[in-house]
Amino acid sequence: MKSQDNRPLSPHLQIYRLPFAAILSITHRATGVILSMAALSMIWVLAAAAGGAESYSSIYVHFSTWYGQIFLIGVTLSLYMHLCNGIRHLFWDTGLGFELETAAISAKAAIAAAIILTLATWLIAFNVG
Amino acid sequence: MSDLRTPLSRVKGLGSAKEGTTHFWRQRLTALILIPLVLCFGFGLAAMPVDYTTLIATIQHPAVTVGLIILIIAVFYHAQLGLQVIIEDYVSTNSTRMVSLILITFLCLLLGVIGVVAILKIALGA
Repeated sequence: MKSQDNRPLSPHLQIYRLPFAAILSITHRATGVILSMAALSMIWVLAAAAGGAESYSSIYVHFSTWYGQIFLIGVTLSLYMHLCNGIRHLFWDTGLGFELETAAISAKAAIAAAIILTLATWLIAFNVG
Repeated sequence: MSDLRTPLSRVKGLGSAKEGTTHFWRQRLTALILIPLVLCFGFGLAAMPVDYTTLIATIQHPAVTVGLIILIIAVFYHAQLGLQVIIEDYVSTNSTRMVSLILITFLCLLLGVIGVVAILKIALGA
């Protein structure tokens, strides 16, 4: 056992600088979990709406608060990030886009598209009021 | 004989997990249907005032009713499949893993059914 003590270790996750693709990959999982919780709150709102005007308004008041808006914008960004990166995954499933340069470009494109979609959605939302 | 698998096992192509590509395929199918539905949902919701009267009237439109029900079913099916993979990857204790998997599956089923019932209740004006 003594001889094994000096053997080099594989890099620990905490000190290993993750490649960009790996960061995006774990982000996909993280946004997936965030969206599962967002889906839970969507059902909450729907159930409240099904319960009538009174129960709906008890939830509705939270939409326009600062924490409600931060939550909704965060969920929107997670949603579009998961959507755009998911489309990348679907292309990979058909065998396309595996080259390193292509994957790096599509990663940046997915992030850019997610931000643009989020901005577009909230521009519309703020204009509708 | 270089392969220890039986000819029947090979032709079924289900592998050692006995599932084959079922999980993979269903995750992709639900992902595909969710692309248009999520875009319609996001932009549709952004483009309308979300007061009670408008919301109810919108959900009562047949196309919206159908779209929302498919969205809810696809979302929770997709979520169950995705959360299952995350649990299988990160929860290594057998009992905890089994309990988490069962809870996640039941929770997704419960939330999905509540969602569909809520939509139907609003749509049918009960």
